[in-house]
Amino acid sequence: MPVNYYIFVSIALFCIGVAGVLTRRNAIIVFMCIELMLNAVNLLLVAFSKMHHVTFIARDASAGIDGQLFVFFIMVVAAAEVSVGLAIIVMMYRNTHSVDINFLNRLKH
Amino acid sequence: MSQLVFLVPLFPLLGFLINGLLRNQLSKPATSFIGSGSILASFIVSLILFLDVKAGKTGVAELFDFISFDKIHIPFAFQVDQLSSLFLLIITGVGFLIHLYSTAYMQEEEPKHFARYFSYLNLFVFSMLLLVLGANYVIMFIGWEGVGLCSYLLIGFWFKNNDYNNAAKKAFVMNRIGDLGFLLAIFYLLAKVGSVSFGDVFASAPQLTTSSLTIITLLLFVGATGKSAQIPLYTWLPDAMAGPTPVSALIHAATMVTAGIYMIARSNILYTMAPVSQSVVAIIGLATAVLAATIALKQNDIKKVLAYSTVSQLGYMFLGLGVGAYTGAVFHVMTHAFFKALLFLGAGSVIHAMHHEQDIRNMGGLKKYLPVTHLTFLLGCIAIAGIPPFSGFFSKDEILAAAYESNKIYWVIGVLTAAMTAFYMFRLYATTFLGKFRGTHEQEHYLHESPAAMTIPLIVLAILAVIGGFVGVPEVLKNVFFGLDHKLENFLSPVFAASYKLKEIHPADHGTEYALMGTSVLLAVMAIAYAVNRFSKKPDLEEADGFGKVLANKWYADEFYDAIVVKPLNALSKFLDNVIEKLGIDWIVNGVGRGVQYSSRQLRLLQSGQVGSYVLLMIVGMIILFVLQFFLKK
Repeated sequence: MPVNYYIFVSIALFCIGVAGVLTRRNAIIVFMCIELMLNAVNLLLVAFSKMHHVTFIARDASAGIDGQLFVFFIMVVAAAEVSVGLAIIVMMYRNTHSVDINFLNRLKH
Repeated sequence: MSQLVFLVPLFPLLGFLINGLLRNQLSKPATSFIGSGSILASFIVSLILFLDVKAGKTGVAELFDFISFDKIHIPFAFQVDQLSSLFLLIITGVGFLIHLYSTAYMQEEEPKHFARYFSYLNLFVFSMLLLVLGANYVIMFIGWEGVGLCSYLLIGFWFKNNDYNNAAKKAFVMNRIGDLGFLLAIFYLLAKVGSVSFGDVFASAPQLTTSSLTIITLLLFVGATGKSAQIPLYTWLPDAMAGPTPVSALIHAATMVTAGIYMIARSNILYTMAPVSQSVVAIIGLATAVLAATIALKQNDIKKVLAYSTVSQLGYMFLGLGVGAYTGAVFHVMTHAFFKALLFLGAGSVIHAMHHEQDIRNMGGLKKYLPVTHLTFLLGCIAIAGIPPFSGFFSKDEILAAAYESNKIYWVIGVLTAAMTAFYMFRLYATTFLGKFRGTHEQEHYLHESPAAMTIPLIVLAILAVIGGFVGVPEVLKNVFFGLDHKLENFLSPVFAASYKLKEIHPADHGTEYALMGTSVLLAVMAIAYAVNRFSKKPDLEEADGFGKVLANKWYADEFYDAIVVKPLNALSKFLDNVIEKLGIDWIVNGVGRGVQYSSRQLRLLQSGQVGSYVLLMIVGMIILFVLQFFLKK
């Protein structure tokens, strides 16, 4: 199976993620879209590590293993990020009774 | 012995430093002693050098490398030869007498101003010595600038009077114009010859084309017109009367104005090889002589008359240089230094006695109150009028004889100017010293002869003014004057030898020369007789009218310069100020500021605090980078 398919899928996922971040106002949906982008990248990393090093795998079983390792790292970081992010959203809801990110424009001060 | 030469300028420099730095501590007698003593010391060294040179020991004393790069080497070197040693004697000798005189004349000043005065005076002499001693044009230029600076400082010595400050500024600016010419000449020489040392330049003069020689000599002459007050840059000298009277004597007699003469006499070979420049020098000199003499006829300020007579006499010297009578010009510098210093110091004595009155219309009859001043002043007047056997006669006659050889018209105008000189000097003498006293009673009561420190220099200078001419007795009068010959010409001949070889001056036959002398002396005597007769009885006290008014107003030269130079310059600077500065430069500078302010106000709107818009911008940016990358790759 050519690597192009994976690339197209992951571009599509990434673009959906970007579009979601840009257009949605609900903090939780924005958060999900960020996860979507991360996973689009993960998919690409896994695909490349498998496909790109296909010639080396015959000789060396561990070739391309670093790409897969990165995916694990990203997953761990994403999990940590989710917990922190969700905590922020909870706090935000408690304070403002809203999860609308446009409501939060204090960054300019 | 010429290793000692550095001592000559060193003494005045030390005097300047001591008096200048310790002006708040030193008492007046100490200041006088240091100021005059330093000049006396360098006079003694100059005398030793002079005797050495007379014995034939000339040379260049190189002290250290001044400027050295690439192929150009300019050493800090002093030239000891006949011309410079003669000038050293004039400068330090007459300078010393003026210093001595100043110790009494400036007695009214406070100690610190008194010390300031003497430090300037010493710096002045130092600069002039540097100018004369320099063995190349650059060292000469240092002295040249120093003299200009000191004249500025001394003319504006009483700096609380704004008119005096203006006179000082005028002198400085006029001198700067001339200095530019000199500077250009130095650069031109460097470009053409590659050296500015006198020896190299004069040796390579024959290889230069006539046109470049003409350019160099004319540029040098521009410098000389500034320093030596010739047309068109002469107007500063009469205004320089703002300074204390001994300063006028120093500027007019021993230093400063003779710088231009010295420079041209030093560069004589260049001028001899550039006949066009020589004619220019002669014509400008003659024109200045006539113009200044006519102005002097109608001046009523005792110092102004003397100032214009200086300009006129300098014109004579340039005429002498222009017709190739270099010895004559240097001779006239010497005799002029004696009698003009005498006249100025005499005038200072009169002004001192009259309680700072300078208008001769308020004087008269001073003969019986100031006997010494009167007698010495009279001797000075006779000397400048050119009556034999006083010194002025010999030097003026030598120049006029050479002028006759070169062009008869020069001679005619020169003789008429000489008659005018005699006339205005004796008008001054008669109005001041003869007749009845016309001042106030208070002034009459105050009148007194000056102290010894002032009269001794007068007497010494008077003696020099009377006998100074005997060093240059012309060939034809050898038998009349006890077999004296032209000692000065023999002495100076090594300096001018090359020029005289190139263009020999054939002396006229004896009959012609007698006739020339007779004519000029006769005219001078007639002018004197008429002037004394007329002005001792009835001095012209009224304001002049008609043509006399034009003369009294100096041909309106200052007004003319004002109209053609000062006013247009002011208008131009006003235009630059109002239009270019305010509308141009200010607009640009303010515009930059306004532009930054406006654009930052617009850019600030981007910072909305909306995370969404930040992300959007970030993504747009990334897309742009990708696109650029994509296209640039090709």
